[in-house]
Amino acid sequence: MIKKFDKKDEESGSGSNPFQHLEKSAVLQEARIFNETPINPRRCLHILTKIIYLLNQGEHFGTMEATEAFFAMTRLFQSNDQTLRRMCYLTIKEMANISEDVIIVTSSLTKDMTGKEDVYRGPAIRALCRITDTTMLQAIERYMKQAIVDKVPSVSSSALVSSLHMVKMSYDVVKRWVNEAQEAASSDNIMVQYHALGLLYHLRKNDRLAVSKMLNKFTKSGLKSPFAYCMLIRIASKWPYSSCLRNKHEMVVYEAASAIVHMPNCTARELAPAVSVLQLFCSSPKAALRYAAVRTLNKVAMKHPSAVTACNLDLENLITDSNRSIATLAITTLLKTGSESSVDRLMKQISSFVSEISDEFKVVVVQAISALCQKYPRKHSVMMNFLSNMLRDDGGFEYKRAIVDCIISIIEENPESKETGLAHLCEFIEDCEHTVLATKILHLLGKEGPRTPSPSKYIRFIFNRVVLESEAVRAAAVSALAKFGAQNDDLLPSVLVLMQRCMMDSDDEVRDRATFYMNVLQQKQKALNAAYIFNGLSVSVPGLEKSLHQYTLEPTEKPFDMKSVPLANTPITEQKTEFAPVATSKLPEKPGPTRQDIYQEQLAAIPEFQGLGSLFKTSEAVQLTEAETEYVVRCVKHTFARHMVFQFDCTNTLNDQLLQKVMVQMEPSEAYEVLHYVPAANLPYSQPGSCYSLVKLPEDDPTAVSCTFSCTLKYLVKDCDPNTGEPDDDGYDDEYVLEDLEVTVADHIQKVLKPNFAAAWDEVGDDFEKEETFALASVRTLDEAVGNIISFLGMQPCERSDKVPENKNSHILFLAGVFRGGHDVLVRSRLALADGVTMQVTVRSSDETVVDIILASVG
Amino acid sequence: MTAQTCPRQHQRTTMEIASLEPSLYTVKAVFILDNDGNRLLSKYYDTELYPSMKEQKNFEKNVFNKTHKADNEIAFVEGMTIVYKCSIDLFFYVVGSAQENELMLMAVLNCLFESLSQILRKDVERRCLLDNIDGVFLVVDEIIDGGVILESDPQQVIQKVNYRLDGSEQAYGFDLFDYIIGNIDGQTDRRQCA
Repeated sequence: MIKKFDKKDEESGSGSNPFQHLEKSAVLQEARIFNETPINPRRCLHILTKIIYLLNQGEHFGTMEATEAFFAMTRLFQSNDQTLRRMCYLTIKEMANISEDVIIVTSSLTKDMTGKEDVYRGPAIRALCRITDTTMLQAIERYMKQAIVDKVPSVSSSALVSSLHMVKMSYDVVKRWVNEAQEAASSDNIMVQYHALGLLYHLRKNDRLAVSKMLNKFTKSGLKSPFAYCMLIRIASKWPYSSCLRNKHEMVVYEAASAIVHMPNCTARELAPAVSVLQLFCSSPKAALRYAAVRTLNKVAMKHPSAVTACNLDLENLITDSNRSIATLAITTLLKTGSESSVDRLMKQISSFVSEISDEFKVVVVQAISALCQKYPRKHSVMMNFLSNMLRDDGGFEYKRAIVDCIISIIEENPESKETGLAHLCEFIEDCEHTVLATKILHLLGKEGPRTPSPSKYIRFIFNRVVLESEAVRAAAVSALAKFGAQNDDLLPSVLVLMQRCMMDSDDEVRDRATFYMNVLQQKQKALNAAYIFNGLSVSVPGLEKSLHQYTLEPTEKPFDMKSVPLANTPITEQKTEFAPVATSKLPEKPGPTRQDIYQEQLAAIPEFQGLGSLFKTSEAVQLTEAETEYVVRCVKHTFARHMVFQFDCTNTLNDQLLQKVMVQMEPSEAYEVLHYVPAANLPYSQPGSCYSLVKLPEDDPTAVSCTFSCTLKYLVKDCDPNTGEPDDDGYDDEYVLEDLEVTVADHIQKVLKPNFAAAWDEVGDDFEKEETFALASVRTLDEAVGNIISFLGMQPCERSDKVPENKNSHILFLAGVFRGGHDVLVRSRLALADGVTMQVTVRSSDETVVDIILASVG
Repeated sequence: MTAQTCPRQHQRTTMEIASLEPSLYTVKAVFILDNDGNRLLSKYYDTELYPSMKEQKNFEKNVFNKTHKADNEIAFVEGMTIVYKCSIDLFFYVVGSAQENELMLMAVLNCLFESLSQILRKDVERRCLLDNIDGVFLVVDEIIDGGVILESDPQQVIQKVNYRLDGSEQAYGFDLFDYIIGNIDGQTDRRQCA
């Protein structure tokens, strides 16, 4: 074989890598021959290849050296060697972010893009768009429009895809090419059609009307490209998928089936055709297709296990699939669809290969087990055994966390499994490398351990952590110990001794906690224990930080008022976390600023809202318009100590209108006083904007907590050109009636979770306790009653009392919250079912008015 | 406390949202490894996925360890769907999100593999691939552009790349030809510029 001239010397043995010992500096040195005349295309090509190879391996190029090589490279445009030219395009794209002044090649690329050589045109467009910015884009706009509708498919595709990439940067320019894209969408070439559809959707996605027109058109005319079909199915939510189930391309059939499966509120009848094509795919010789089918069936089984039962036989066959991912998905699907009797057999089959599968799939197995425990609570001892074995095996953090979460949820669902579960977890933390899991388990031990029949046996496990672990774990262990001391009088002396030792710890946090708990415990007062050991602080931590910072900035004689700190508005829910399907994300563990913190920042920036104090509560958004109207308005209610701010998020869905001076006029039904309107200056098409109203709460009548506002959207309309967005000079005033907005008692109460409700109940005391009995005639079940009360009062259910055990005729619901102004409020509601529901409500609070308000609003 | 796990989770969250939106951005990454798991070529189209070279190489190692023992065609690693294929001493991988249509990813993988086996004259092995790595770069560039599937038909790819296998007699003949033509072309071009 004859090799390139400069390659011969690098040749050594046939298995070696010709690029193995490349040195960046040597290659850049070589690149000087780019400047030689005549150009030697072969050698230059080889050097460019080396540069790209080095970049691909992650070699770092400094700006200086990259720019130098780039400029030398531009000379190579003088050669007409095809491969060399193509490699120049690649180099331009690779270096676009490293080198300076890459726009130097603009004219060369424009020339290639419009030249006669079709092979160059597509790649030249893609390279050109990579280095183009918004201002330069205007200069080549004419060429881009022509290229989109070019009859050569590669040119058209390149132009469409490059336009899509540039939408992010220059939406306004690219959206002017919509007509050309429309034309390209009827192309005979399958890829051009696909790319045109993708670009069209991207440009129009905020315009529901245009999207539905587009869908109609393509549904009628049909598409040539299977890729385009897949895209179309994804765009449409009401697309007649069933016709796509007969498409000749498997890709389209699968996409359609998957779309049906993911449709919210899908009925069993709609599911059936999708499930039967997936069933066929289960016996495909192609692994990817089997995988796709079983993964989707697995999803179906989560919501509609009965729909998948028909596939049980096919799934059984997949258990022995050589691709373990497929086997795992098959088994976990069977676990969801199979009967209680098959559980033991399937579990045995899983344990035979659980060590061979990747962590991701082990998590899938754990999730399946977790779902199973909810379905067949009687099997919990089998599951618990299996889980504890898995816990002992090797595995990464995600996997261990899934197991721990699963065991915790079993404990919470089945009180009789509590002690076994806690024992397994105790064993696990003896040798656990994950701080997060260790602290989580210690927290659970502190919460559940003291209330078990023999709490003393957990002390040893907890104290071992104090001796052996990192600071974070030691601190968590100290907190757990304190809870044992607070709950169990007979353990208190020994806990105090252990605490004493912790006060000698080398870490500040551990010592501080120990000292603090020591002093609280020594008082032996229930109220203190409740406030400082069981239930802790319920304020938002970023909020506390901000308030304290503010306090230090303004020297004052007054002590710091804890009640001025905003509350944590997303209490850790006691509900079992919904197990997510494969690899969907759980919420990030470290809380960033919460939704309320973000609103607080935004509101604080508006001068009219200064001096309102800290934001107490932000409601969920309420829709004030129907979904498919000209203007979409939703309202978020912000409650402050003596005021409320209504934030109206408006979207204008008419592309031929620009709205200005937009505001929502409000007419209150009660003694609420609208103080101020903050209008949105401009509301262009599809760009959301907000306007605000500031309302003063009635001071003389603190019990007036509910009010209805009639709302009208008022604005100045200017007609504008739908394509350019250029508005007319003149406009006219107009208004639009919105739905009424309700303020209820729930807007004045912030949810607070009291992990130990009984302690909190004692802490608040019965100074202002009131009790009343109500008959809820229209309510038929206890579940419904519980749901109604929670949503009406907007308080946090504690001690998992929002779950009514089956077949019970009575239930007690515990609710906790803080009323506007900072008063704790607790509600105990006894419910009895007999011909409607009878409810006895007991309210305690640190303030009498609050108790009256709650009872008055329930009545 | 959770420093080591947090970044990944954020990523997945963002991916999750992106995948709900219909989009042409189908391919997250593509790479070719040798039979020791070393990178020969790799492109990451989603810059948020693995921003640093170190993370990319870790991911490739992880994928390789989980796939090189059995030719199973499809796998699920670090929350990503991976379709793959091996040939002699090479491994080809195409990566998409967990929600992606697996068959679309397979279409990309098949197109990549068939285009390369034609260009390399069925000799799809490490040495031959490296000798013609410029052609391989160009093939990948024609199949995927910034994560969008640009072409899925190997014949079209071959035609567009129009690549001559390095080391053949014919190529050498062209070399001499280019040598002369390139020279003349260079001069004419310069005249035009001036």
